[in-house]
Amino acid sequence: MKKININFELNNEGWNLDVEPSDTLLEAVRDKMGVKSPKIACDRGDCGACTVLLDNKAVRSCLILAAEIDGHKITTVEGLCPQEPTPLQKHFARNNAFQCGFCAPGMILAAHELLQNNQKPSREEVQEAISGNLCRCTGYEKIIECMVNPDLKSGEDK
Amino acid sequence: MAISHQFEYHRPPTFGEAMKLIADYKGRASVLAGGTDLVNWIKEDFLAPEAVIDIKNIPELKKLEYSGNTLSVGAAVTFSEMIDSARVKELFPLIVEQSQVVACHGVRNRATMVGNICSGVPCCDSGPVLMVYDAVVHVTGPKGERKIPVMEWFVGPKKTSRDPMEIVTKIDIPVPTVKNAGCYVKLGRYRGEDLAQASVALLALEGGETRVAFGSVGPTPIRSREIEEFLKGRELTDSLWPDLDKLVEKTIAPISDLRATKEYRLHMTKIMLKRGLNAVCKRLVGTGPAYGSSLL
Ligand SMILES: Cc1cc2nc3c(=O)[nH]c(=O)nc-3n(C[C@H](O)[C@H](O)[C@H](O)COP(=O)(O)OP(=O)(O)OC[C@H]3O[C@@H](n4cnc5c(N)ncnc54)[C@H](O)[C@@H]3O)c2cc1C
Ligand code: FES
Ligand code: FES
Repeated sequence: MKKININFELNNEGWNLDVEPSDTLLEAVRDKMGVKSPKIACDRGDCGACTVLLDNKAVRSCLILAAEIDGHKITTVEGLCPQEPTPLQKHFARNNAFQCGFCAPGMILAAHELLQNNQKPSREEVQEAISGNLCRCTGYEKIIECMVNPDLKSGEDK
Repeated sequence: MAISHQFEYHRPPTFGEAMKLIADYKGRASVLAGGTDLVNWIKEDFLAPEAVIDIKNIPELKKLEYSGNTLSVGAAVTFSEMIDSARVKELFPLIVEQSQVVACHGVRNRATMVGNICSGVPCCDSGPVLMVYDAVVHVTGPKGERKIPVMEWFVGPKKTSRDPMEIVTKIDIPVPTVKNAGCYVKLGRYRGEDLAQASVALLALEGGETRVAFGSVGPTPIRSREIEEFLKGRELTDSLWPDLDKLVEKTIAPISDLRATKEYRLHMTKIMLKRGLNAVCKRLVGTGPAYGSSLL
């Protein structure tokens, strides 16, 4: 099939790439750009492990064709804060919010989108924001607690 | 899993070019909106289009507009955009209540209402709600434009009255001319992201009319004129329930599948109808549960 040439931004860096029409964004990000935080899990939209931000909105990269992102901006956990973990990530880490961590990149991006628009979300708003991000380890409690009380300014626990 | 089926990808910048492409492929191309059904269906080999035509760069399809008492939902408008619209919240709280229970936030950031009804699965959440609003689907094809009342849209599981050479441009949803209140009750296996096991959409209008539609309990969404006739002008009391139960049994035709048995679907639909009716009656007079709260 005719390859598609796309121009886009990944983690604030401009890219130009030839992709097959059938390449998913998830495959392109992992295999062509070497960014491995989005995970291949259900591969059908159910679990949220492949979440990336597309123009600052959380989306499922397994259900998007790479060709669709021409002219757009993609952010993964690697791009949120390139030098060190973000205050939210530190907060998650200090509170042992995750166990195996497989769900964490998707969860962090979903949290990031919510907290961008709403610094003090209610428990219900947090549950809604991450309702499509499955975690097989934690039972969600710590993740939700951290997001309800994100304490992003100091990066320290209260 | 890589997609094994190979296809061409086009992203036309104008509607005219999209129409030309769909004609060139003689109906063997699929329209791509949010892709939340289409990409899965290509992965599963349920669909094998020669090309996908991405409509997200066509400006007129991205419009969510309100004029002349009608909300027009363009084919590229996502559920998230509908939920965030102050106009939709004010005039169509039922649509917001329904949109909020479609999939999860990350899917709704891509998925469109037009894509939802084009997929035409029996559990599609938009079907019953569009039915109680008497919505109209606008399509354009080689023979010109057609306006299809949503009551004639759904033909069977994954079958709609759209011709493969036609593109849906928008859905027009008229705002009721009298004071009204709605309710969408969705039963899933868990709260969060699940397809409906059964759903009920209600729209009560001041003056005694209540519109009733069901989802996931038949080959297509079902609007029940018979139940609407029965309810007309009657005050809602417990004495109506036995007759309503019988009417529900007559109206819906649920099947058993991996999400629920037909018996459970039937039983729950009766309960959901009662709770929904109680809720719309109260909402109509300004009391009742806030939109978005679960009745189950
Ligand atoms: C994890 C997950 C959870 C889900 N949960 C729900 C749920 O709770 N409720 C629910 O109802 N659905 C659910 N869905 C299904 C899906 O998200 C919706 O049906 C969605 O609205 C489809 O819209 P889309 O824009 O993604 O359509 P697409 O996938 O782009 O298209 C769907 C179909 O419609 C055709 N099409 C799209 N636009 C047009 C057009 N303008 N003209 C002609 N044909 C067109 C496409 O060719 C394709 O066949 C879920 C899906 C996933 C992956
Ligand atoms: S891998 Fe994309 S949602 Fe599960
Ligand atoms: S921490 Fe293991 S899946 Fe969430």
